[in-house]
Amino acid sequence: MTATEKKALMVNACKVRMGIIESTHAAKAGHPGGSLSSAELFTYLYFKELNVDPKDPRKRDRDRFVLSKGHCAPGLYAALALRGFFPWEDLKTLRHIDSYLQGHPDMKSIPGVDMSTGSLGQGVSAACGMALAAKRQANPCRVYTLLGDGEIQEGQVWEAMMFAHHYKLDNLCVVIDNNGLQIDGPVDQVMSPYPIPDKLRAFGLETVEIDGHDFEALEGAFDRARTVKGRPFAIVMRTTKGKGVSYMENQVGWHGKAPNDEQCGIALEELNAELARLEAM
Amino acid sequence: MADGKKIATRQGYGEALRELGSLHEDIIVFDADLAGSTQTGMFRSQFPDRHFNCGIAEGNMMAAAAGAAAMGMVAFASSFAMFAAGRAYEQVRNSIGYTRLNVKIGASHGGISVGEDGASHQCLEDFALMRSIPGMVVMSPADAVEAKAMVKAAYEHEGPVYMRFGRSPVPVFHDENSFTFTIGKGEVMRDGTDVAVIANGLLVAEAVEAGKLLAERGISARIINMATIKPLDEEIVLKAARECGRIITCEEHSVVGGLGEAVCALLSEKRPTPVRRIGTNDVFGHSGPAAGLLKEFGLCADNIAKVAEEFVKA
Repeated sequence: MTATEKKALMVNACKVRMGIIESTHAAKAGHPGGSLSSAELFTYLYFKELNVDPKDPRKRDRDRFVLSKGHCAPGLYAALALRGFFPWEDLKTLRHIDSYLQGHPDMKSIPGVDMSTGSLGQGVSAACGMALAAKRQANPCRVYTLLGDGEIQEGQVWEAMMFAHHYKLDNLCVVIDNNGLQIDGPVDQVMSPYPIPDKLRAFGLETVEIDGHDFEALEGAFDRARTVKGRPFAIVMRTTKGKGVSYMENQVGWHGKAPNDEQCGIALEELNAELARLEAM
Repeated sequence: MADGKKIATRQGYGEALRELGSLHEDIIVFDADLAGSTQTGMFRSQFPDRHFNCGIAEGNMMAAAAGAAAMGMVAFASSFAMFAAGRAYEQVRNSIGYTRLNVKIGASHGGISVGEDGASHQCLEDFALMRSIPGMVVMSPADAVEAKAMVKAAYEHEGPVYMRFGRSPVPVFHDENSFTFTIGKGEVMRDGTDVAVIANGLLVAEAVEAGKLLAERGISARIINMATIKPLDEEIVLKAARECGRIITCEEHSVVGGLGEAVCALLSEKRPTPVRRIGTNDVFGHSGPAAGLLKEFGLCADNIAKVAEEFVKA
């Protein structure tokens, strides 16, 4: 990754964060914490990894992305808008009664959304079905899915992991955002999913652990994922929930709460300062 | 019936899948460790590369089937009704119903005629669960010929479909060579004017027998096979209400939420008509041979005729 490329990705991740703040603020609801922790991941997928075309969002051989942790829709929508799937201004209609930007991803109404999700544990299964069908259809596309670390408490996630390994879905890449917090508190206090990589390896997934805010680490992981044959690949990202907005970082209360006018102003001020810093680099 | 031939409707499902498989490359079949029972095993033996066992994991199976459908395939997913409609309800609702994806659920071993396995496996709630999902087509065939035609119609239909098949062999009364099936259309098996009996599944054959018993007692009963519970054939119900004035519904299902309630909902809004519902009366079943259980719970020709006679004479 060149320095220019890395800088461009960091700038875009910062813009994705602004989109998350602006949209959840306008919605007066939504999930900023886990959206922010996945901002680099969304940015990397839509600006580097995925074979997608905003002008032809349904093209047959496009790579698929399933946001299994569907509540982080604000992050996905911001990345899709930034990539040109729909107008950036529309982000401010998130969750509004007359908007197509549903609270959780809706494949029927939102350009670029490959699967409707929101009920935890189901997206990863759908991604497995997609990867299986792609092999059957000799479709060269790859399938990516993002799960939360609380989400993997759902038993269905492990049904899906068994399935992915059993059917040798090496066109599937599972990403887990280990930001450490869920609605009721720290994941290891609510119901510990640890050790996550050991569990994934035991289920047969080739697994790496990375810093989910480091674009070079993301590049290394996704590049490696494409070389693995005969088994699915998993990336466990260590992240900070609420990353990029000082008062949201590592605060469980920002899982599913929107910033008010004042908080939104502070967040945008911080992100604008970061954007200016990055652009001056 | 006349020739005494009995075949389980699940067998019609298996045969139809196998026939469809050779015609359509886009069919993919999922099962959850019950391929021998649901009869998707017939498809597997001919198309092993398009049949995927998911193990005992119905939730994953339903959402994976949705994923395959999102790739443009026509996905059939099978298990027992208890697990397909019951255990995996929320996966069916969110990943198949809400998305309107092209998944066809083939649920076998529905109803009390599962028999010896007992209440834990006798699904008497699947029509209610599946009817409640917007856009879901819900069907239950009366015999193996209808089952086969229904599966083919389901393949042609764009969107989610739930089909319930039975474990036990039931009389075959449709002629495979001449029978045609249309989703959402009821079928008059016998005409009559005193009372109309609207049945589905294995109770259609029982209702036809009841019609004969009633004729001997001087009661003219119209017998209707309502294989599609949703969308309901409103026209045939309203016509029966108009011409017979009394309606009896019969289903191998709880009286809560199934065909009976669908018919009552329609009639109460469009043509209030007295109705008697035959089904299990908000109770669980228990172990026993299918025939004995059907008799015990009143899901038989004798009881249909008894209810009809009392209804007409009331």
